Amino acid sequence: MFNYGFFSFESKDDLLQRAAEYWNPGKVQFWSDAGTPMVIDRREEYFLHDMSGKRLIDLHLNGGTYNFGHRNPELVATLKSGLDYFDMGNHWFPSVARAAFAEQLIKTAPHMQYAIFGAGGAEAVEIALKTARYVTKRKKIVSIIKGYHGHSGLSVATGDERFSKIFLADRPEEFLNVPFNDPDALEQVLKKGDVAAFIIETIPATYGFPMPDDDYLRECHRICRKYGTLLISDEVQTGLMRTGVMWGWQGYGIQPDIMVCGKGLGGGIYPISACLVTKECGGWLTEDGAAHISTAGGAELGCLVGHKVIEMLHRPEIISNVHFVTDFFAAGMQEMMARHSDIFVGVRQRGVVLGLEFDHPEGAVAVSRALYENGVWAIFSSLDKRVLQFKPGVMLTVDVCQEIMDRFDTAMPRARQLLKTMRTAA
Amino acid sequence: MSADPNAARLVVPDPAIATAHMKISRAHWAVRQFGKANRVTVLKVAEAVARAAHVKAGHYADWAVRETGFGVVEHKKLKNELSTLPLLDYYRDLDLVSARILPDTKMVELAKPAGVIFALTPATNPIATLYYKAMLAILSRNAIVFSPHPAARECSLDAAKTLADAAESAGAPAGLIQCVEDPSVPLVQEIMASDKVAVIMATGGGAMVRAAYSSGNPAMGVGPGNAVAYVDPTAKVDATAKRLVDSKSFDNSVLCTNESVVLTLDANRGNMERALRSAGAHLCNASDTDKLRDYLFTDHGFNVAAVGKSATWIADKAGIRVSPSARILVPVITAPGQDDKLFQEKLCPVLTLASAVDFRQAMTIAAQILKRGGGHSAAFHGEAPDRLLQFADMLPVYRVVVNAPCSQGAAGFATHLPPSFMIGTGFAGRSSVGENVGPQHLVHWTRIAYNSDASVPFENFDLSALDSKQPNQPANLHVASRAPVAPNGLPDSDRDMLRQLILEELRGLTGGQK
Repeated sequence: MFNYGFFSFESKDDLLQRAAEYWNPGKVQFWSDAGTPMVIDRREEYFLHDMSGKRLIDLHLNGGTYNFGHRNPELVATLKSGLDYFDMGNHWFPSVARAAFAEQLIKTAPHMQYAIFGAGGAEAVEIALKTARYVTKRKKIVSIIKGYHGHSGLSVATGDERFSKIFLADRPEEFLNVPFNDPDALEQVLKKGDVAAFIIETIPATYGFPMPDDDYLRECHRICRKYGTLLISDEVQTGLMRTGVMWGWQGYGIQPDIMVCGKGLGGGIYPISACLVTKECGGWLTEDGAAHISTAGGAELGCLVGHKVIEMLHRPEIISNVHFVTDFFAAGMQEMMARHSDIFVGVRQRGVVLGLEFDHPEGAVAVSRALYENGVWAIFSSLDKRVLQFKPGVMLTVDVCQEIMDRFDTAMPRARQLLKTMRTAA
Repeated sequence: MSADPNAARLVVPDPAIATAHMKISRAHWAVRQFGKANRVTVLKVAEAVARAAHVKAGHYADWAVRETGFGVVEHKKLKNELSTLPLLDYYRDLDLVSARILPDTKMVELAKPAGVIFALTPATNPIATLYYKAMLAILSRNAIVFSPHPAARECSLDAAKTLADAAESAGAPAGLIQCVEDPSVPLVQEIMASDKVAVIMATGGGAMVRAAYSSGNPAMGVGPGNAVAYVDPTAKVDATAKRLVDSKSFDNSVLCTNESVVLTLDANRGNMERALRSAGAHLCNASDTDKLRDYLFTDHGFNVAAVGKSATWIADKAGIRVSPSARILVPVITAPGQDDKLFQEKLCPVLTLASAVDFRQAMTIAAQILKRGGGHSAAFHGEAPDRLLQFADMLPVYRVVVNAPCSQGAAGFATHLPPSFMIGTGFAGRSSVGENVGPQHLVHWTRIAYNSDASVPFENFDLSALDSKQPNQPANLHVASRAPVAPNGLPDSDRDMLRQLILEELRGLTGGQK
């Protein structure tokens, strides 16, 4: 019996059945078929406890949402404190929490002027794209093939057609794709001078974290400027110290015109996202500040939590820890690759953002399952299933890191076995 | 209602404790690397830290006195210096790093550092203690996180940073030496109880030391002192008096090794009084003695305002007229009852003089006095080995300093005892260590022990196999050498869970009582 006070379930099976019946049969079936039928019950630090009692170390982190771990005590205390004074607030009016948080965010990216809040990453992307259209008076948006920026109207149109066609939400006439790491292709598209913005994740997550070539982003920025196109950095997965600096673009020597962040900004306990724009791009905020309205966007409780998140990320201890975790997995994964070179063929890494490449088109699905069976939860990349997303949190301790490597090592024979079955079946 | 209109409208969670936990985590990263460092690296780091500390010994002595109001700058400078290069010299040849092969007993010993040390430092000796504990940590390949007494916060933070920078410049990992920024009692209690702390080195008030022992973690706490110096009739009184005055005035007597009471025989008391007076002591008459007692001991115990102040400052506050050159104050207890407050520890230059009818009674009085400050130190002045042996045998102390100033002598600076700012008070002082604490107390050894039967041969060991594994590069992993978890073996995490389950079961059995 799983009695949660407000509701209860007889068993995990009971839950799965009711979830399929009333919530999302496709997802329930998918995870069951994948061999990772997780239903998270308790959670703390970087640990998830499935309803079966199985404990998993979380290396998915919902893309960095749980950067500080699950229910980080300091963040929980902050939200609880906020609840004694604030609620979501009134989105029409200026607010202390929003003003303070906006100012603090801008200080992390001083070439920006305004922070416009949303409730999730897609909403912030929506704001970014609308802003770009406002500034340039152009409609076209360019993104990379296999890019991903959310599931709402404009944002989903930038991404892979897997997520847009089903809802007839693809708009090929306005949303164009170019190959990643190919500045010439970008220039070909921008040449006509009718593109409002080029939006790109600093390291494309859903594509499996392929690393941008040394000069790629700088070159993109140069081309954008040349043709009057705005550069939008999607920092939803690469922001918040995850690449070793506060925002990923800071490590690539560019200053985007618009930047989007979300996920970890709310500390995993209160959803909030933000779109940061330069003074030049923020004209609509003067012309008609209510042109974009969001009841849940920039809720004051979220601002309070976000403010704490940014403060915590400035602590020398956290920054130092990110470097230790980065070095640990850099060395550890090289070692693992040497030990399991028959299946484990590549590592993409910047900071605590890692993509692990396996030698099979669906290799990461098998590895994800093998890791799950060995107590580690890491998800494959939706748009490149060769690559496992491997996303350690910024506060991981040496002991848990070591445990992750031990479990990884133990899981490899099982992964090998699963891959063999997949190959035979294919 | 007179609520402050500027008071915070929201309760802000204190970041200090969370940050302190992160420092412990960071120390674990550091020790992962430094715990495997070879001897050359260890000595290089120790040397660099000792030098950096030595250079700034005076700077921090000045700062500590300014910040805390305790002690004497030049004496603090000396103590700080002694905790650097001389300390390193003392331990330079004590190898706590290399493996030892013992063919005679068919054993091999491998050094295993404790890990992360949580160290408390007192307001009275903030820098010397910090220096000393940092040096011990390095020599034993441990990481250390300090929590200074809040009254010495600023100088301690700065000193810890100086040492950390020096260590890093010499090749140590970041995070090897750290200091919590906002020490508080709740913070110290929480960190002391953290299962990420390997050992606590507690120096401070008795309550803090007891708290360290109650934390559930291994701890080295040392209790307060109350040193009795016995002056035998065979002693050279003038030399003895000079030593006593020098010792008692040193750093205004903030060391726990300072003499608290000087005890002699009735027949010798006049001599002692005269000698002490000529050595610079102010001998109190009955009225002075009463005034001093009233000033030093309040209803709440020792008057902390007097800690580490000079003799003339205290005399002024107590309302006693003394010469401006008076170095120490000597209240005289003519009829030593057992309860006189002046027999208690006094961390200020006040040295109680008492006398006994004979040696036997002197020992009884000394033993009574040492009921407070047990396990610590005593001093013997004279040339009477028989009585010295009896004295040392009967008293509940773990060091008897002979014909030397006790404050320096017991701390290893005027004797051949190990130089130390942690004087182990042993079982008599409710501590786990009875010696002067050194780096060897921060290392345990894994002993490979062969069958003693002569038919089972001892083998040859190539210790270079260990050296090649020294991870001096960050995050050096030796995955290849690690055996996979056996099917019936339990990885650590599962063991933790198991422990948790057992605990829960126990709680169930005891009806919720832990």
